[in-house]
Amino acid sequence: MRRGNIIANLDWITIMLYLLLVIMGWLNIFSAVYSEGHPSILDINQRYGKQFIWILAAIIMAIAIVLIDHRFYEFFGYILYGTAILILLAVLVAGKEINGSKSWFALGGFQIQPSEFAKPAVALALAKYLSTFNINSKKFSTLLKVGIIIFLPSLLILLQPDTGSALVFFAFVLPVYREGFSGAILIGMFALALLFILVLVSNELVLLASIIALGFIAYWLMVKSFKNLILAVLIFIAFFFISLGASYLFGNSLEYYPAALISMVLSIITYLILAYIHRIRKVGILMLVVAATVFYTFAVNYSFDHFLSDYQQRRVNIMLGIQSDPLGAGYNVNQSMIAIGSGGVVGKGFLQGTQTKLNFVPEQSTDFIFCTVGEEWGFLGTTIVIILFLYLFIRLITLAELQKEKFARVFGYGLVSVMFLHFFINIAMTIGLFPVVGIPLPFFSYGGSSLWAFTIFLFIFLRLDAGRKE
Amino acid sequence: MINQYFQRKYIIGGIILLAGLVLLFRLFYLQVVNSSYKLSAENNSKREVIQYPARGLMYDRNGTLLVSNQAAYDVMLTPGQLDAFDTISFIKILGISLADVRSGIKKAKEYSSFAPSVFMKQVSGEIASVLQEQLYKFPGFFVQTRTLRKYPRNIAAHLMGYVGEVDKNIIGNNPYYQMGDYIGISGVEKRYEEILRGVKGKKNYLVDVHSRITGSYQGGRFDVPAKIGKDITLTIDADLQEYGESLMKNFTGSIVAIEPSSGEMLCMVSTPSYPPDLLVGRGLSHNFNSLSSDTLNPLFNRAIAASYPPGSTFKLINALVGLQEKVITPATEFGCQSGYAFKGQFLGCHSHRSPLDLREGIQNSCNSYFVNVFRRIMEDPKFGSTDQAFNNWRKHLLSFGLGNTLNSDLSGELKGFIPKDEYYNKYYGKDHWNFLTIRSLAIGQGELGVTPLQMANLTSAIANQGYYITPHVLKAVIGEESIDPAYLERHYTSIDTTYFPIVIDGMELAVNGGAGSTAGRAKIEGIVVCGKTGTAENPHGEDHSIFIAFAPRENPKIAIAVYIENGGFGGTWAAPVASLMIEKYLTREVKRKYLEDYIYNAEIKRK
Repeated sequence: MRRGNIIANLDWITIMLYLLLVIMGWLNIFSAVYSEGHPSILDINQRYGKQFIWILAAIIMAIAIVLIDHRFYEFFGYILYGTAILILLAVLVAGKEINGSKSWFALGGFQIQPSEFAKPAVALALAKYLSTFNINSKKFSTLLKVGIIIFLPSLLILLQPDTGSALVFFAFVLPVYREGFSGAILIGMFALALLFILVLVSNELVLLASIIALGFIAYWLMVKSFKNLILAVLIFIAFFFISLGASYLFGNSLEYYPAALISMVLSIITYLILAYIHRIRKVGILMLVVAATVFYTFAVNYSFDHFLSDYQQRRVNIMLGIQSDPLGAGYNVNQSMIAIGSGGVVGKGFLQGTQTKLNFVPEQSTDFIFCTVGEEWGFLGTTIVIILFLYLFIRLITLAELQKEKFARVFGYGLVSVMFLHFFINIAMTIGLFPVVGIPLPFFSYGGSSLWAFTIFLFIFLRLDAGRKE
Repeated sequence: MINQYFQRKYIIGGIILLAGLVLLFRLFYLQVVNSSYKLSAENNSKREVIQYPARGLMYDRNGTLLVSNQAAYDVMLTPGQLDAFDTISFIKILGISLADVRSGIKKAKEYSSFAPSVFMKQVSGEIASVLQEQLYKFPGFFVQTRTLRKYPRNIAAHLMGYVGEVDKNIIGNNPYYQMGDYIGISGVEKRYEEILRGVKGKKNYLVDVHSRITGSYQGGRFDVPAKIGKDITLTIDADLQEYGESLMKNFTGSIVAIEPSSGEMLCMVSTPSYPPDLLVGRGLSHNFNSLSSDTLNPLFNRAIAASYPPGSTFKLINALVGLQEKVITPATEFGCQSGYAFKGQFLGCHSHRSPLDLREGIQNSCNSYFVNVFRRIMEDPKFGSTDQAFNNWRKHLLSFGLGNTLNSDLSGELKGFIPKDEYYNKYYGKDHWNFLTIRSLAIGQGELGVTPLQMANLTSAIANQGYYITPHVLKAVIGEESIDPAYLERHYTSIDTTYFPIVIDGMELAVNGGAGSTAGRAKIEGIVVCGKTGTAENPHGEDHSIFIAFAPRENPKIAIAVYIENGGFGGTWAAPVASLMIEKYLTREVKRKYLEDYIYNAEIKRK
C-alpha cells in the first residue's frame, strides 16, 4: 500500500474514538451547565454553544494538520519546541492571572492556555532527540538532555504556578523508558512518588528509622557478612547514645530525631573510612543512596511547606486522609464523590443530575466533567467512558509500535502517556484517589485550549502514521 | 536491534490497563456498592420546607368569632448553609445590631448545623417581604410564614388559654413537634391542641448550592399537603362572658355558668384576668413574666383551680341528704335563738323568726336549723357510729361531683376537698369525734374545699333535680358529627328526684320570699330565680361572698355560681352579680341599670 489516498491512510478507528469522546464530552457539558432559560445546545452564549465552536475549530485544525506533509513535524520539531518555551516565558510576563495562576493569554474575548500546547511540542522535541542516529541511552549526558527537554517547560509551568499541568510532564518518562533507558528511571520515579507520599503521611522519626533499617538490610544483602553487619549496627548504636547523651547534657532534653540524624551522619563517615580501608566497594554507593533518600525526605517536606500553596497542601492532606474537613478544602472532592456515587448503576438520566446541575460540584464543566457522566449515566456510563479511553490508548500503543520510524514511535508514546496521565489523574481526583490538581479530562472537559492541544497532538500522530503507509 | 526494547510495550500497556482497573474498581465501589452517596445527594439538593397549617378558629355558641389567626414571619437560619454575606444590609433590613446577628448565628449553631432554627421571630410583613426579595444575598437564611392567634373579642383568656413555642421537654416527648413550633399551652388551646393544630405538611424543593430554590423535587411527588386545623364552636356565650368580665372588673373571684340540660359552660370568668392578646407573638415571654410576677396572679384560673369553703350554699346539700336519709321532713321545725348552743358550744346565727321549717330554714339560711339537720344525719340510728354516718354523708356529697375533678375539658381542674373519716380519726382519734366536732360542716365551713366550677355543677344538678352532665366548653368540632359521649352522659346524684322541689322551694323563697329572704337582691322581675347565698369564712381577711342560682325555675336555662373574694356576705355582691348575669343571658339585655352601677362602682379591698 504505497502512496495511497491520505484519507484512506488515516487510522479511522482512532478518529472514530476521538469523535465519540468529543461528542460525549460536549453532551455532558451541555448537561452540566444546562439551564431551562437556554435550552438550545447551540446557544453560543452558553458553554455548550461555545464548546461546539471549539469542536468545529478543532476539526478544521485536524484537517489542516493532516494536509501538511508528515516530514514537516520532524523537521520543525526543535523550532516548535523552542517556540513553546518562548511562549511559556511570555505568559509568565504578559499572561493573565486567573485564580492566582498566570497561565493564560487573553485574546479578545477568550483565553488560551499555552501549557496545553507545550505538551505536543515536548513530544516533538523528545522524539526528534531520541531518534538521533546512534544515541546512547546509557550515557549520563543523554539522560540529562532528555531531562532538560521534558522538565524545562514543566518548570516554567510550575512557576505560573500550575502544579497539575507541570505534573503531567512526568508522563514523558514512559516513552523514554520504552526507548531502552534503564527501567530504574521508571522505578525511581515511582519510588520517588511513593516516598513523597510516605514523607507526608508518617512521622519523620519513624521514616528516618525505616530508612536506616532498610540501609542495614540492603548492606547485609549486598555484603552477606553477619560480622560486619553487627559491627555496623553497634557503631550506629554507640553514636546514637552518645548524641542522645550530649543532647541531654547540653540541651537538657532527649532529642531523638537530631540524635538519630547526627549518629547517622557520623556512622556513614565511619563506614566509608572502614570500607576504604577494607576495600569494600559497594558500601560507597549504598551510603550515597541512603543519604540521598534522607535528603529527599527533607526536600519533600520543605517543598511541601514552602512551595505548595495553603490550598494545595490542604488538598494533598485531604487525599492522604490527614485532614477530614467536609465543608472545607475537601468539599470539592466530597461533592464530586456524592455526585458520582449518587448515579448508581444506570444513572439518573440525561439532564437529570441534581448535584452537577445545581452547582454542588465545582468546575463541573471543566475539571469535574466526569461527575456529570457518573451522576447521569451511572456505573454503566463511567465504565463505557473508561473502556473507550483504554481502547484508544491500546490502539495508539499498537499504532506506535507499528511505526518504522523511531521519531513517530516516540511521538506516539508521548501522546499516549500524556493523555493517559490526564485521564488517570482527572478521574482519580473526582473519585477521591488523587489530590485535586485541576487538569482537564482529554476531549471531555470544557475549554478550547485543552481540546485543541489534544486534537493537534493526536492528529500529528495520525498524520505520521499515515505517512508510514505512503 | 533498533527495536530491541519492544517488549516494554507490554509493561506500558499493563500500567495503563492496571490504572484503568483501579478506576473501575473505585467507581464500582462508589456507584454500586456504597449507597450512602445517594442519600447525601438527596440531602444536598433537597430542601424540605414544612408547611404549617392554619390553626383552627374558635366560635362561641352563637357563632361569634372568638379566636382567629394573623400571619407572622419568622426569619430562619440553617447554619450549615451559611456563607459570608452582606451583614450591613442584613442588619439594616432587620433593624438589629451586629451583636444580635452573631449571637443569633451562635444560637442556631448550638441547636443544629443542618436543621433550620428560628433566627428572628415574628418580623413584620413589610420586613419579611424586603428580606424575601434580597434573600439570595444571605445564604442560609429564609423566611417562614407562621400564623399567630388573634382575638377579635379579647375575652375569656383563662378559658381559651394561649399558644406558645414548644420547649425541649415537649419536643423530647412528642416527635411531631420541632424547635420553633407552636403548641397550645393552656385552656382550650391545650385541651384541643390536636384538633386545632391540624397536621403539618411538607414540600420538597430542589435547591442549588446557594440553597436557592430551583423547583419542586420530583414534581412534588413526595409532598405532603398540610391539613388545616379544624374550627371549633365553644359552649361559651361571648356576650355573657364579656359582661361577666366587666361586672367582675372590681373584684377578685369568678363566675361559672352552665346550661343545666346540657352541661355546656356558658361563661367562665376569673378575675383578675388579662387580655388574651397580651400572650401573642413577640411580647409573649415579656408579658408572661410580668403577668406571673403580678401579686394578684392574673394567670391563675380561679374558676377551676381555686378552692373555697362552700359556705351556706352547702345547707342545700345537707337538706337533701337529710331528706334522703329521712332524718327530717319538709315540715321538721327547729328553733333558733340567734344561734345554736350545745354542751357549752355556740354557733351564731342572725336574728330571724323562730322556729322555721325546712323551706324557711333555707330562705333565712338559719345556722341553727342546719346544725340540727346535720346532727340528725350524723347521729342517725341506722348507722352504728358517727363514723359510718359520716361516710354515708360523704358518699352523697361525692355524687354531686364534689371532692374530685369533674373531668371537664379544661385542664388544671382542682379536686377540692371533702374530708374522709380517716382525716378526723387521725386528728382526734377513732370514736373521739362526733357531730359537734365537725359541726361547721353543717353550714359549709371548716375543712371543705370546693371550686367555683364544682359549685356551678352542683347548682346544675339541683336545677336538673338529681343529675348533672359533666361541664364542658367544646360544643362542636365544625365538620364533625358529635362530641365526646362523656359530655352527653347524665350523672345521677344519690338523692331521689322527689326531694329536690322542696329544696328548690327554699331557694325560690331565698330570692323571692320578701322579708327574711337572704338574696332579695337577686330577684328579677318576670323571671323566677332560685338561689342561695353563702359566705365563706376567710381566716386571712374579709369573708368571701358566694351565690349560687339557677333560672327560670321551670325548665332551667342557666345555673350559675359566683365567688367574690373578700366580698363579705353572699347577698351583698355575689347575688346581684349572679342576678345580672341571669338577666343578661335570658333577656339579652339588662334593664336594671341601678344594679349594674352598684356593681360597677363597687370598691372592696382585695386580698
